[in-house]
Amino acid sequence: MTSAAHPTHPAAPTPGQTVGPFFHYALPYAGDRDLVPPGAPGAIRLHGRVTDGAGTPVPDALLEIWQADPSGAVPRAEGSLHRDGFTFTGFGRASTDRRGVYSFSTLAPGPTRPGAAPFFAVTVFARGQLDRLFTRAYLPAGSPGVDATALDTDRLLASLPAERRATLVATADEQGYVFDVRLQGDDETVFLAFDGRRRSAGRD
Amino acid sequence: MSIETQADLSAEMATIADDYAASVAAGEPVETGPRLDYPPYRSSLLRHPTKSLHHADPEEVELGAPAFGPTDVDPLEADLTIQHGGEPVGERMVVTGRVLDGDGRPVRHQLVEVWQANAAGRYVHKRDQHPAPVDPNFTGVGRCLTDGDGWYRFTTIKPGPYPWRNHRNAWRPAHVHFSLFGTEFTQRLVTQMYFPGDPLFDLDPIYQSIVDPAARDRLVATYDHSVTTHEWATGYRWDIVLTGSHRTVRESDVEHL
Repeated sequence: MTSAAHPTHPAAPTPGQTVGPFFHYALPYAGDRDLVPPGAPGAIRLHGRVTDGAGTPVPDALLEIWQADPSGAVPRAEGSLHRDGFTFTGFGRASTDRRGVYSFSTLAPGPTRPGAAPFFAVTVFARGQLDRLFTRAYLPAGSPGVDATALDTDRLLASLPAERRATLVATADEQGYVFDVRLQGDDETVFLAFDGRRRSAGRD
Repeated sequence: MSIETQADLSAEMATIADDYAASVAAGEPVETGPRLDYPPYRSSLLRHPTKSLHHADPEEVELGAPAFGPTDVDPLEADLTIQHGGEPVGERMVVTGRVLDGDGRPVRHQLVEVWQANAAGRYVHKRDQHPAPVDPNFTGVGRCLTDGDGWYRFTTIKPGPYPWRNHRNAWRPAHVHFSLFGTEFTQRLVTQMYFPGDPLFDLDPIYQSIVDPAARDRLVATYDHSVTTHEWATGYRWDIVLTGSHRTVRESDVEHL
């Protein structure tokens, strides 16, 4: 991500760099993608495929998700690296396989306030990707706990043209939700820059 | 594709650097991070978004971050030299520094993960085909939590440079990969720490993808003799600044935007 440095900013941020090709023996860990044990009550699967600008699967990507629990509360419990099987920590990490596919076992996030559209916050890393990319995977309309007008009134979704908006909304399947990530191309996923300082200054 | 030479790549990188210097001289903003679209890094060609990042206000979930604690990390994981039966080969070193947010506040009790090649420039990874020796006493993976003042500290071995296949005779400067979490999800950072004076800096498209010279300098550790310990390890200092948090916007931040 590139952004303007502010001359009076107290400290300039440390730049990111690619995760590279050799993260597999370091970042993945046992249970990384199982926020809840598969098959646990309420467990759903969030899965999808990461593809590049040629539509080719990306076998060396890493996705992280961070989410509210089903009641809409933001988890505060530690234990994501050594899961006890009972505590929901809200964080998961999954590397893609040779087909470019990732998969999480988790719980569906709830709305953090009445009427809000629930989503998984997603970070994407890959060899060949020079910095991390942020995006969101929204639960589709009609999902349990999703208010009928939630997607229409969501600030981010409302700010996007319809065809781009669709890249951020997961689709339901038998086990849960499918969310594909397209790094480049006509149907490229919307990736996010968070610059709340400037927007808080009244430039909305 | 024919194999391109370092001279080809260096010429491409020089053109981008010249264009950037001219744009800054003309009053365009200084860049603080890597370019996502940096063609000299060939693997990025099909893996960078072509549309601008979409500006979003973080929602409540994104204003929080996963919590890590003693459940997650054993203090011994911060010493990469004691994970096997013997001493790893190479220059033993301590790397330490503070993790701060964009307002200069320490990032407390948060997870730092590192991974790296061994002293010979070889990773313990099945895809690393570089014919340099694997060190049976060195894996090259560590974790720690920052302390109450934002400090992290690892004991490890200085990694070696290694070749890669971006172009003919491409070599990465020696580096340690770092993964960091802040107090907000929006502050997530994965980056690489480099060593002072590396002769490969000018030749490396990953390092040069940060086109602003002052910004890429921020990835270079400083040799610190006060961190070096008598008859044991050399010492390096590297502070990390995450992006600003969104929770508290002070008047002093707003007025000069």
